[in-house]
This record gives sequence, C-alpha cells and structure tokens, in this order.
Amino acid sequence: MLELHDGSLHVNTILADWYAKISDKNYGAFIPFVGIVRDEDGIEGLSFDIYEPILKSWFDAWQERAKAQNAYLLMAHSRGDVPNHTSSYIAAVVSPKRKVALSMINDFVEDFKANAPIWKYDLIGGKRVYAKERSHLLQGHGLLKADA
Amino acid sequence: MAKVEFLGPIGRASIEVDIQNLSELKNYFKEDKELQEWLGICAVAINDTLVCEADVPVSSHDKISLLPPVCGG
Repeated sequence: MLELHDGSLHVNTILADWYAKISDKNYGAFIPFVGIVRDEDGIEGLSFDIYEPILKSWFDAWQERAKAQNAYLLMAHSRGDVPNHTSSYIAAVVSPKRKVALSMINDFVEDFKANAPIWKYDLIGGKRVYAKERSHLLQGHGLLKADA
Repeated sequence: MAKVEFLGPIGRASIEVDIQNLSELKNYFKEDKELQEWLGICAVAINDTLVCEADVPVSSHDKISLLPPVCGG
C-alpha cells in the first residue's frame, strides 16, 4: 500500500490505520520505520517533489518481492513542505515471522533512498534549496549529455 | 511530436520535439549550456521506464522524462 500526503505525515493516524488493516491477517510481525525531519544546518524543514508514475512502478516491484516471501509493504510519503520535528516518511513491513520483516525493512529503505523518484529540498529562509549533495544518481544518468 | 518533461529541481516547462531517437534529443540539447549541467547527472525515462541507451527509438506519442539525482525520506 502506497500513500502520498500533502505536508507532514500524521504518524499516529497512519500507523493506527495500518495496524487496524493488518492485525487480523495473521501476520506475526509489523516493523514500521518513521523518518522525522531533524533540525540541522539551520534548515526550517524539508520539501519534496514526487514523480508518481515511476514511484508507483518502483513500489509495485517491491510489493511483488515482498509477496514472494509472504510479506506485505506499506509506505507513506509527504509532498511539499515538512517542518522540522515532523515526519515525511513511514515505511513498514508485515510478515508471518519477524526475521523476514526485519531484513526487508532495511533493504527496502536503502533502495528507496537510492532509487525512488523523489527530490528533496532544504527549507532555508522560506526558500527551497535542492539537496543536490545528498542526492543519488539514478541508473543511466548522463545519457543525454553532449560528448566532450 | 514527443514530449520532454524536466522533473524535480530542473524547473523548466515541458517541450515538444520532433525526434526519432534519443541521440537526436542529445544533439538537440547540445548548445544549451545551462541544461548541460543537468544532463550530466540526469537519468532518462521513456514512457516512465528508465533507459540506458541513446539509440532507443522514440515515436511521436512518447513521453521522455529527465530525472535528476533523488533523495526521498
């Protein structure tokens, strides 16, 4: 399940909804990860752009991977501005036994950071500054750059 | 005409171009100095699938997307 929300995530509500959805499905483990925007380097918060078509296909491929291990993935992400000390990202894995979910949450979040088509900006003085130095090049980058 | 969209921080409006493959698009952009900075770090998708070769054919109904480096979460 993939959810996109405008602004900060309402963590308590989202996690309660997810728990209500999965608690009677005979999963033995529910492993959520909640990302919280930290106050560092003078930022007021973060802001995000998302390209939904590729995010959805990326997520669907992961859901198939999870299904092969009898697991299920849930993810919520913010669009737009997210102030410090609020959440922009929640991911969770449910599985019959804990080891699959504990392992998958790590692999899923790492791949999310490297490949999900989301662009992050620092909010500084009310302006969005692309977090270029913290961003990850996608496969095939540079394809259209003119030859030197 | 194929549509070209510039995603995320590139901050340009979409354009339409008459091209047969990505190599022609590469040639189309070669004099655009500002865009060249982005092209060195951008991945390319055709109809929302990432591609890694420039000789991929492009038809008039295709959507080409340029994706700068990403960082969710």
